[in-house]
Amino acid sequence: MSDFLRSYLTVGIFGLAGVALVAVFLGLGRIFRPSNPTEQKLTSYESGVDPTGDMWSQANIRYYVFALLFVMFDVEAVFIFPWATRLEFYKMFGLIEMAIFIYILLLGLLYAWRKGMLRWV
Amino acid sequence: MSTTQVFAELAYWQQTGIRVGAALAAVLLVAGALVYMHLFKAVSFMQSRLGPMEAGPYGSLQLLAEVGKHIQKEDIFPAKADRFVFGAAPFVVLASTFLLVVVVPAGPDAWFIDHHNSDLGIYLGLAVSSVSVLGILMAGWGSSNKYSLLGGLRATGQLIAYELPLILAVVGVVIQAGTMNMADIVYAQANGEIFGLGIVGNPYILTQGVAFIIFLIAMQAELAQAPFDMPVAESELVTGYMTEYSGMRFLLFFIGEFATAGVFAAVASVLFLGGWYIPGIDPGADVMNLLGPLVMLVKIVGLTFLVFWTRFTMPRFREDQLQRLAWKFLIPIALANIVVTGILKVAF
Repeated sequence: MSDFLRSYLTVGIFGLAGVALVAVFLGLGRIFRPSNPTEQKLTSYESGVDPTGDMWSQANIRYYVFALLFVMFDVEAVFIFPWATRLEFYKMFGLIEMAIFIYILLLGLLYAWRKGMLRWV
Repeated sequence: MSTTQVFAELAYWQQTGIRVGAALAAVLLVAGALVYMHLFKAVSFMQSRLGPMEAGPYGSLQLLAEVGKHIQKEDIFPAKADRFVFGAAPFVVLASTFLLVVVVPAGPDAWFIDHHNSDLGIYLGLAVSSVSVLGILMAGWGSSNKYSLLGGLRATGQLIAYELPLILAVVGVVIQAGTMNMADIVYAQANGEIFGLGIVGNPYILTQGVAFIIFLIAMQAELAQAPFDMPVAESELVTGYMTEYSGMRFLLFFIGEFATAGVFAAVASVLFLGGWYIPGIDPGADVMNLLGPLVMLVKIVGLTFLVFWTRFTMPRFREDQLQRLAWKFLIPIALANIVVTGILKVAF
C-alpha cells in the first residue's frame, strides 16, 4: 500500500478508536445499569408538563440562510490554502491574484450585509 | 540502538496499535486532568469555594466517581425519539475528536501519523473538526424534543459561523510557514527569526497575534463555552441538545467536550506557540520525544485555562450578537490579516 493511502487508513483507524471507546463505555454500562422503562419515563421532557404538538417544530429560516452563506465562504476558503503554501514561489503575481479573489469574496459578504442577511430579527 | 530505531522496526499494524493506544490514553487523561484542574478546582477557587474534596486527596478522584455513578444509570431512549440517530450521535461526536487528534505532533517522532511521509496536516484537522457539528445536529434532531431541536439548530448555526474565522486565521500561519504540515510548521517556528533575532525562534503568536486572538475566540465558540453557550443554555433550553440524554450517554458528551477542548488547545499551541519546541534545544533531537509531550501538556493546560477563565467570567451572548461578532467582525478582520500577511511575506 502506498504511503498516501496508508496515512488515510491510519486516520480511519483513529476514527474507529473513537467509536470503539463509546461502544466500550456503553457496553460496560449494560452490565451495571437497570432497565426499567415506564411510559412516564419515556415521554419527552417539556419542563414537567405533558408535551404538546409535534416535536419537530418549525425553526427560524435564518439558520438556513446562514448555512448557505457558510457553504459559499467555506468553498472559497478551500482555494486560499494552496495559494498560501506557494506564496513564496508566486510572489507579486500570486499576491495580486489573491487580492482580487479576496476582494470578490468581500463583495459577496458586503452584498449579504446590505441585503440584511446578517441581521438576526 | 535507540528506542526510536527499535520502534521503526515494528510492522505497520503494531506501530499503529501502539499509537492508537497512546492517543486514547493521552486524550482521556488530558480531558480528565482538564476537568479536575479547571472545572472542579480553578473555578471553585474563583468562586471562593473548595470544590470536590471527598473522593481521593483533594477530590482528585471525583471524575472516576462520576463515571462510576453514570455507568449505573438507566439508558433512556425517549419513546418518540428517532432511535438510530439518537443513539449514533455520541459516537459521531467522539469520533470527530479522535480524527482531529491525528494531526497533532508532540515530538520529532512522537506523532500519530507520520508527518515525514504523509501529506496530512492542518487541512485535514480543519476538515474533520467540523464533523462534530453533524453529531450535535443528530443529537438535537433525534431527541424529538423542542428544547433539543432548538439547541441543535443554535449549535449548528454557531459552529458553522465560527468555523470560518477559525479556518481563515490558520491561513496566516500557513502563509508564514509555507506548509500545511504540522511538524514542518513547528520546525519553521523553531528556525524562524524576527528582524534577524532568532534566540527564541519565531512562535507565530508574535507575528500572527491577530490570527491567534481570532483563533482563540473561534475556539471558544467551537467548544460552545460561555459566552458562546447559547446552544446549551441551561436556564432557557435545559442544556439544549443534551436534554434527553441521561447516564452514560450524557457523560460521553461531557467527556467529548473536554477532550475536544484539549485537542483544540493542542492544535492552537502547535500553530501559534511553537508546539513541542523549547528555545535552545534542537527540535529534531531524540530527547524531544520525551520532553515534547510535556511541553505540549503545559501549553494545553495554559490555553484551556484561558478558555475556562473566560467561560466563568463572561455573561452569555444573544443569538444576534453572536452571529454579528462572527460575520461582521471576525471574518473581515481575518481576511484583512491574510492580505497583510501576504504583503509582508512578499515584501520581506
